[in-house]
Formats: sequence, C-alpha cells, structure tokens
Amino acid sequence: MLSKRLIVCLDVRDGKVTKGVQFKGNVEVGEPVAMAEEYYRQGVDELVFYDITASAEGRPIDIEMVREVARRIFIPFSVGGGIRNLDDMRQVLLAGAEKVSVNSLAVREPGIISDGARAFGNQCIVLGMDALEVGASEEIPSGYEIVVKGGRERTGIDMLEWAKRAEELGAGEICLNSINADGTRDGYELTATRMVSRAVEIPVIASGGAGTSEHLARVLTEGEADAALIASMVHFLGFTIPGIKSDLAAEGIRVRLETGGGPAS
Amino acid sequence: MIAVLDYDAGNLASVACAVRHLGHEPEITRDPEVVRAADRVIFPGVGAAGSSMATLEKLGLAEALRDVHSAGRPILGICIGCQVAFSRSEEDGGTDCLGLLEGEAVRFSFAEGVERKVPHMGWNEVRFGGPHAVLEGIPAGSQFYFVHSYHVVPAEPALVLGTASYGDIDFTAAVARDNLVAVQFHAEKSGPAGLKLLENFLGWSP
Repeated sequence: MLSKRLIVCLDVRDGKVTKGVQFKGNVEVGEPVAMAEEYYRQGVDELVFYDITASAEGRPIDIEMVREVARRIFIPFSVGGGIRNLDDMRQVLLAGAEKVSVNSLAVREPGIISDGARAFGNQCIVLGMDALEVGASEEIPSGYEIVVKGGRERTGIDMLEWAKRAEELGAGEICLNSINADGTRDGYELTATRMVSRAVEIPVIASGGAGTSEHLARVLTEGEADAALIASMVHFLGFTIPGIKSDLAAEGIRVRLETGGGPAS
Repeated sequence: MIAVLDYDAGNLASVACAVRHLGHEPEITRDPEVVRAADRVIFPGVGAAGSSMATLEKLGLAEALRDVHSAGRPILGICIGCQVAFSRSEEDGGTDCLGLLEGEAVRFSFAEGVERKVPHMGWNEVRFGGPHAVLEGIPAGSQFYFVHSYHVVPAEPALVLGTASYGDIDFTAAVARDNLVAVQFHAEKSGPAGLKLLENFLGWSP
C-alpha cells in the first residue's frame, strides 16, 4: 500500500537554508545542497526548496542550485517561492526538479495553475496555500481564510473554496500551511488539514507546527494528510528521518523505511 | 551508447542525472537513427498516452523503438514509457500504442469508499515475482516512487515482473519479456533501490 510521505522543507536565502518562526527572524542553518544530501541519505521521501527571498526581491530562482541538487539526490523534489511565470516553471523542471510550487502567484493569477498543468502535467503543479483561522462567517464558511505574504495580507478567499478551485484548475497536490501553527512546534492544524483532505481528491501535504513525531502521527491519521512537511524538527531539534519514521511505523502508519543513498556500488 | 528518448514527454534531466551518477554518459535524443544505433534505450516520460504516441509517431521514434525491440537490444520503459509499450491505452478516449507487449493501460478504478485519490502518488512497495537480471541486489520489500493515474493490464500473466497494491487493487508495477523491461514507477527518483535497478539495466545483456 501507498506509504505516507515525510517531506523536509529547506527555506533558502542567499544560498543558505534558513528556518524562522512564523516567517520572521530567520536564522541561518546550513548549505542547501549538503543538507539535501544528508536528508537523502537518511531516507527522506521528498524535499521542498523554498526560495523565500526570490519572491520578495523579484530575484530569479537559483537554477544552478536546482541542477546541483538533481545531480546528487535521486528522490522527488519541488521548488517554490520564486516562480513568476510558465517560463520559470519550465526552467526549474528542466533543471531536474519533479514539481514546482506556486502560492501567492496562483492567488493573483489562478490561470498559472491550469497553464502549468497543461504544459507540464498536473503532477508537476503543487499549490501551496497559507490558511489563517478567522472563524466561520458568510464570506469564509470554512473559518479559514487564505493569506499571502507570509500571513501579512488577507485575501478574502475561503480555504475550501480555493482548494476545490485549485483542483479543478489542475493542481496535482495541495500543500496546506497553517499560519497559526507555523513555527510553533505545538502540532499541525488538524481540523483545517482534514477539511481540505476531504474536500479534494488530490494528495494533501500538511505543513506548519511539527515539533514531535506524535504531531506527524496525528496529522497523518486524524488530519487525513497524505504527507507531512517538517523543517525545524530535523534542522534544529535533533530528530532524524529514520527516528521519526520508526516512531510513525510504531503507531501503525505505513512509511518507507529504506535509508542509504550513498554512491551506487 | 545509451539513448534516452526525448519526445516532449516531460523531464529527462532526472533520468540523465541518474545515468551519469552511475558512470555513463547518456545520449538524449529525438533522432530515430541515433536510437537505432544505440546499444540500449531508456524510454522515460510523464504525461498522457495520446500526446506521447502522437509525438513518437511524428518524430519517427515509434518505428525506431520497434526496430530496436526486434533487434533484441535492451529497452527500459519508465512510467508513460511502460504504458505505451502495450497495445493500447484507455487514456485520451482510447489510444493505439506501440504494441511491443500485449495488453492495455486502464485508469485506476476502485470499489466505492475504498480509495479516491488519483493519481497514485508516492512511495509504494513492489512485490517482485521471479528472478531477473535487473532485480539483482534489490532487497525484498523495497519501495519505489510512483505518479500515475493509469496502470497496465498485461494480456498474459507471464509478463508481470512486479505487483503493487493501491486501494483495493493489485496492479502491475513492472513487466519484462525478452529484451524489454518496463516499470510504472520512476526508478530514477526511487532512491538507492531505483538506482540499483537502473544500474542493473545498464549492465544487462538479455
């Protein structure tokens, strides 16, 4: 049967991996390519590179870094954060990334989802969405509103409406990040994750709030997520990929336990 | 020379990277004559059967692949390359395919309430049936990375090399006959187990 995926997110700024609390006060962690290789060796299922400065500064994506990652790791990885148009998508995919992730760009121009899906296939297009709990209202029936710019700007779009629209437009996957939970290490936002997972037929990646293996176990079962995204746990908190996976396996969650990934013999 | 077929069916960079990592320089080509001259051919791809077949026919690669196949040189089909190796696909309202193997690619369809997520995306265990040169050194229970909405149904069970389970279905994940091996999963993105399969293929003399 299909395993639940463990995905590590590498936020890259000025060529280094960073991870901040609620998108503020980023601290440097390390070299992205070396870290990607290390997590690959530990048996991570997938990686996400999020170039957080590319979007804010209008700077193009570091394609050479994408190529270098593709030369060294042999699992799927996606690139997001700095995608401005179809041509950026093409460059990232040709450099060896499996998927591209769009977030605020898709809010501004939803057509980028359908254009990307038509040009490169649905499986290449991940819609990242940042959701803020605002309480249910007439405009926001789910109680969760889509926000952009790291949570600084509200859009008036309901989370579930946006998830279903993205699926119709051809997104292959949704990565749901809870702004309330992001960086807190208090656990994923289970309710929102379950709502989105039930509303769409494409895989849902839960993001934001992981601090313990138990948090992952809960979002993959109660939260009905197909994959869980982590960063701080492995960057700072001393968790390892095999350690987390064996904790999940002990909870009866199906994961891929193979590690390795050194040079092929 | 190892030819990697380039026919606008998605990204070849990852296949090329994996082949280079294993110490070989692939020739990424859309030239039927280069394919005919190759010692072995990797036939990768993502996308839809209809557009893939149309491009293969237009570029003359469909005929070149049939020639390489009948000449007995090793061919590895990956993902859509596995599906279009068969006679037909349900996709795009029904598509006639290469017909190197008898059978059809059909869309995932599950009993009510069992599973509703299509594509089948992620890591899944492949249970391999018999010994085969391309499987040497791959531990039992290994998982591979899949992204697909259709799966092949070979006309003869003897073609099946590996099976995986999704929802309430056991589907064919790998097939082999003579000089042809085809896998539904992305060997190039399946970590050490996938690299081992590719390495075995690159050294295989059927």
